[in-house]
Amino acid sequence: MRRVESGAVRIEILYFAAAREAAGLPAETLEVADGATVEALRATLDARHPGLSPVSRTARFAVGERFAPASQRLAPGDVVALIPPVSGG
Amino acid sequence: MLALTEGPIDGEAVRRAVATTAAGAVVVFHGTVRDRTKGRAVRWLEYEAYPPMALAELGRIADAVTRDHGLLGLACVHRIGRLELGDAAVVLATAAPHRKAALDAVDDFVVRLKRDVPIWKKEVFEDGAVWVGTPDDPQGARTAPAPGPREGAR
Repeated sequence: MRRVESGAVRIEILYFAAAREAAGLPAETLEVADGATVEALRATLDARHPGLSPVSRTARFAVGERFAPASQRLAPGDVVALIPPVSGG
Repeated sequence: MLALTEGPIDGEAVRRAVATTAAGAVVVFHGTVRDRTKGRAVRWLEYEAYPPMALAELGRIADAVTRDHGLLGLACVHRIGRLELGDAAVVLATAAPHRKAALDAVDDFVVRLKRDVPIWKKEVFEDGAVWVGTPDDPQGARTAPAPGPREGAR
């Protein structure tokens, strides 16, 4: 199914740990192109926050509290989290 | 029982959560705050989580490990916030009819937790602090994981 790539969608971004410190904030709301992928969002965030790219390069993304592939397309209302390498336990 | 807590973990409560007379083995693992990392003295640790996703991942891992090892029960509590040396950061209990499954499941669960549960540890030293595994970690940044879902964890 081909999505119509027009307009913009509003999404929420969550930053944790090293990503939160590099971005300088824990969360923000952002508009991205409709149909934008997770990978495109990574570039958008790097451009928006100088200093984030060393962290985002090694981070995974989660959409709706699940790890998301780089090719996943974003939908209105998505909650996207940057997940730097985890270190629990 | 799967939970995050900001206070000390009651290990006995975690054990009780899996207790059953069908079990021939109950294993309780405490992951504790070590005083050194690669020879460098640690003062304390700060743990941060993405709570709803951490609980969701813990649930997915618990389901997979319970199925893979034929467990009768599995419970895990992870602490977040500031932890002092010797504190338990995580307590995990497994119950199985026989010991091998209960023991093996503990290691399997912890390996998966360390790979996929969104919880982060900051080590605070005398002369600085670092998020473990990030590019400025002097112990060396971890190799970037594949950006997609980790099917091996399911």
